[in-house]
Amino acid sequence: MISARERWLNHAILVVFAVIALFPMIGVVATALSLPDADPGVFADAWREGHFALYLRNSLIVSTVTVVAGTLLSITAGYALGALRFRGSGPLFLLFLAGLTIPTEAVVVPLYFDLRSAGLDNTYAGVILPQTAQSVAFGAFWMRAYFRGVPRSLLEAARMDGASSWTTLWRVLVPMGRPAILTMVVLTSMWTWNEFLLPLVILNADDGVRTAPLGLSFFQGGHQTDYALLMAGALIIAAPIVAVYLFLQRHFIAGMLSGAIKE
Amino acid sequence: MSLRTPRARPPHARPPGEPRTIGWLYVLPALLVYAVFLLWPLVRGVWFSLYDWDGVSAGTWAGLSNYAETLTDPSLRAAFGHALILAVFYAIVPCLIAFVLVAIISRTRVRGLAVFRTVLFLPQVVAMVAVAVAWQWVYSADGPVNTVLRGLHRLGLPDWSRGWLGDFTFALPAVGLIGTWVEIGLAMVLFLAGVQKIPRELFEAARIDGAGPVREFLAVTLPALRRELAVALTLTTIAALRNFDLVYITTKGGPGDSTKVPAYEVYNRAFNTGEVGLACAIGVTLAVLVFAVTAAVGRLAEGRPGEAP
Repeated sequence: MISARERWLNHAILVVFAVIALFPMIGVVATALSLPDADPGVFADAWREGHFALYLRNSLIVSTVTVVAGTLLSITAGYALGALRFRGSGPLFLLFLAGLTIPTEAVVVPLYFDLRSAGLDNTYAGVILPQTAQSVAFGAFWMRAYFRGVPRSLLEAARMDGASSWTTLWRVLVPMGRPAILTMVVLTSMWTWNEFLLPLVILNADDGVRTAPLGLSFFQGGHQTDYALLMAGALIIAAPIVAVYLFLQRHFIAGMLSGAIKE
Repeated sequence: MSLRTPRARPPHARPPGEPRTIGWLYVLPALLVYAVFLLWPLVRGVWFSLYDWDGVSAGTWAGLSNYAETLTDPSLRAAFGHALILAVFYAIVPCLIAFVLVAIISRTRVRGLAVFRTVLFLPQVVAMVAVAVAWQWVYSADGPVNTVLRGLHRLGLPDWSRGWLGDFTFALPAVGLIGTWVEIGLAMVLFLAGVQKIPRELFEAARIDGAGPVREFLAVTLPALRRELAVALTLTTIAALRNFDLVYITTKGGPGDSTKVPAYEVYNRAFNTGEVGLACAIGVTLAVLVFAVTAAVGRLAEGRPGEAP
């Protein structure tokens, strides 16, 4: 049906774009190792000079707490909005939905001043709490969609068996909804790990609490043109999420696609 | 729809154990965190935006003057203009490229499609800060772009090499191209999902009718992808409007004002020049724009209900 020439041309175009997509990353690795005379020592240098052990640990703490708290809150909120019936659930859902469109840029300045008054600037809590709120805005929307998809007969059967709403949620619906929950966890982990503006503003003075992307930006400020060292740093902070992506990419892609399509 | 739920049955007739107010108990913790750390800051942002405040001394009531300044100040207007130009690079160019790629894929049975998809989507998951650092090297004085251009120069072409990110004319497009590179994968993966829902017979029929690649794309592929296109445009346009990390790392708005964007100005005005009220007004304006884009494109996508999957 399709000529051999067109077939060949099509594959060539795809390969070119794949190379373009990978090019900066291949370049990153090549530069970091200063190929052709490879020197893995640059990673050790970057690791030490950039305090990346500390920054990765901070990011791990911030992301873990944010994602765990965000997930628990999203599951309960999504359950109520999607499966339970109560007065005001409609407007409440719209309220959460509105949160999906609030950009960090609109809240970061007031957050800074109010968190500072509360003594929460330069603390983990100062970046965890706002990011949990952002995760909940997405998570409540996401989990509600899952709970609405659960057959009502299942809920009624559980109730007939005498299960309370709490038992039904944790014993029946959450185990069944593992794929939906995993997708949410993967997305909120990525957003939290990669977030830059909020930590930049809230963690402005204390080196000890800086997250990985923030650490990289300070590292960059100190080594403007030492590209081998900078690239090594960039690889170090990107690696954890890229690793998760390679294992769970279906969840990344499914989430990015359907999360955007609002019903 | 849950219309069959209440149907005006007297309260005592509802099924035993039907949860009612208990719903509120489940929502309350999430609502609390959400209200205190996202909604309230937004309200405070609107409130701050009505004051002239340097962040230190007492503020003075300013009414809507900060919004007037957002709309009239030449450098801020330029910043919104830059965001518009970036939207072309972030949204329109990636969608066009993704259309070409998807048209190719739908025509040819591509081997290794999964690998290709994984690779193209990868830029979406890497922290923007890391992306920015990598591209700084790509554009650097002795980086690959300039090396290639100098190679072309030796072949007799004019010398096009320059410090791309420090150039008044080229810094903004250079930043924009990074956005293009990031967003191609998103658009492509979206379109690919849409294309796979098109019945193969439609393509076969088009080919039997002798349609070439372009006709086939216009007649079969494009109409089926309306919804995916709307989603891709929404997400990428919002990414362009909210572009902060990239500008902060690569150019800090420079040289001069040439790559200043609204998101960067929120940070800059609040923490460098001490115009907190103005910074909040820019932030609120951005939020309104993001909301408007979401609503507008969403409506566009819903315009043809018959086509929703």
